[in-house]
Amino acid sequence: MTGAVIQARGLRKQFGSNLAVANLSFSIGRGEVFGFLGPNGAGKTTSVKMLLGLVAPTSGSATVLGAPLGDWRIRARIGFLPEHFRFHDALTGRELLRIHGRLYGLRGADLERRIDVMLEKVNLREAENRPLREFSKGMTQRAGLAQALMADPDLVFLDEPTSGLDPLGRVLVRTLIEEARDRGASVFLNSHLLGDVEATCDRVVFVKQGRAIHEMSLKDAPSTLDVEVRVDRTDGATLEGLAAFGQDVRLNGCVIHLRVKSDDVVPEIARWLVGHGIGIHALGSRRKSLEEWFIQVMGEDQRPG
Amino acid sequence: MNAILTIARLTWIEARRRRIVLAALICGVLFLAVFGTAIYFIPPRNLDGPNPLMARAQLQVLMLAGFYVVNFLVVAFAVMLPVDAVSGEIASGVMQTLASKPVRRVDILLGKWLVFWLMLAGYLLFMVGGLVGLMWFLKGFLMRNPFPAVGLMQLEASVLLSITIAGGVRFSTVTNGIVAFGFYALAFIGGWIEQIGVMVGNAASRYIGTAISLVSPGDALSRLAMHGLTPSVLSQVQANPFTSLSVPSMAMVWWSVAYIVAVLALATRGFQRRAL
Repeated sequence: MTGAVIQARGLRKQFGSNLAVANLSFSIGRGEVFGFLGPNGAGKTTSVKMLLGLVAPTSGSATVLGAPLGDWRIRARIGFLPEHFRFHDALTGRELLRIHGRLYGLRGADLERRIDVMLEKVNLREAENRPLREFSKGMTQRAGLAQALMADPDLVFLDEPTSGLDPLGRVLVRTLIEEARDRGASVFLNSHLLGDVEATCDRVVFVKQGRAIHEMSLKDAPSTLDVEVRVDRTDGATLEGLAAFGQDVRLNGCVIHLRVKSDDVVPEIARWLVGHGIGIHALGSRRKSLEEWFIQVMGEDQRPG
Repeated sequence: MNAILTIARLTWIEARRRRIVLAALICGVLFLAVFGTAIYFIPPRNLDGPNPLMARAQLQVLMLAGFYVVNFLVVAFAVMLPVDAVSGEIASGVMQTLASKPVRRVDILLGKWLVFWLMLAGYLLFMVGGLVGLMWFLKGFLMRNPFPAVGLMQLEASVLLSITIAGGVRFSTVTNGIVAFGFYALAFIGGWIEQIGVMVGNAASRYIGTAISLVSPGDALSRLAMHGLTPSVLSQVQANPFTSLSVPSMAMVWWSVAYIVAVLALATRGFQRRAL
């Protein structure tokens, strides 16, 4: 991929006899919001840690923002919210951001201004002088988001950023992700909450047992539409006729299922059925959700992790 | 350097807010109160008695006892203060947020080491200042130039601080505490083996003790410090339990400095390879 901010080639990580990541290759483009999906234990967090230099890969290579893995200087352009967000809880919200801002090289008035902006963005202005140990889980997670975005990074890794948040908090995260994308940053989103992924990501990769097994765009290629029609009667000729509108035409009792390419086809199906004297009791269409894709890609044999 | 100072600042805020500094100060003040009460009642009342030379010697021994306890407190502080600083942050995941910032891992270790070193130095100066001040205030006896000995005590604390920081990279908090105190205990027993060797004229024991001092130089530095605090008259007559029969060489100072550098280098190497 041209202008890739992450280019991973055959990343592998083995902890003793446990293979965490088998052979991971993928790339992320500039300004892209990228979803990294997989069941528990698929190696998602280990992959993020390898890309951040927190864990050294057993083999394989990757570049992050053009630099090889382990280049600490490039981390000035990277933000990270870990999955198990724990911070120095004796610090106040403002102190946390001040320390992390200083580590990013911010100083003086610029730093204080940036802290004000971030506290405002994550709705922690009123709690800025309270120690983190008094924060709720959601507040701590929002403080974590603020520290990840302190330096306006070009690449942000968010590992389960909405896990502790209420619906309003989740909307806030989506807004922050969209803001990052609007200013040209790339976001690497690791989340089990597929609704959030669906709402924010341009592209997703499905990971299973440490391998990227499927990749799909959520932005450019709207998925096909599943149509369901309950009719009063049907026969072989009806099914053959409906095959002209879409694929995978199936009959289940009095219900016909088929997959079509766009919404425009649905009224045509209705007209065709009525024109052939077939009574319609119900007609519905819906897109395949990411959750259904997830289950399909991972396979029915996948057990909850 | 900026990263080291930022980590040092963070470590200092944490130590202060967690009341570690306050707890250490309270323990120190309690000890000084006990020490002050004891020397108030223990004769001689001052140096103006019939035998000022003997009175001075008695007060010197009391001071040595005070220094001995302060040294032990500083050693304990040197282990307990940093015992959780690295291992705890790795276990809790806090370290991930620090290590994912544009800082080298060596800067994280050095930032923590620096602030603990300064805290130990401050604590040592506070305690020694208290001892010397109390003795001067209550007995009119002013100890002459304790600073070389204080420097050696700080070096001993620095050895243990470095070992504890290095242990935190590899071990869990409890294991690290056991290993660090084990190291001190090793030095302590090595010192006794060496002294017994000197006492009974057994070269093998002396060599074993010296070899242990090279592996764990804490006790040798402590004996060197106590020797520096003991007036030559008292040293010659061995009239106190705090003076060593076998005085380590000054080369032990340079060995300890090199030892600290080597331990921190190994800690950095281990930390850089550690999965966080």
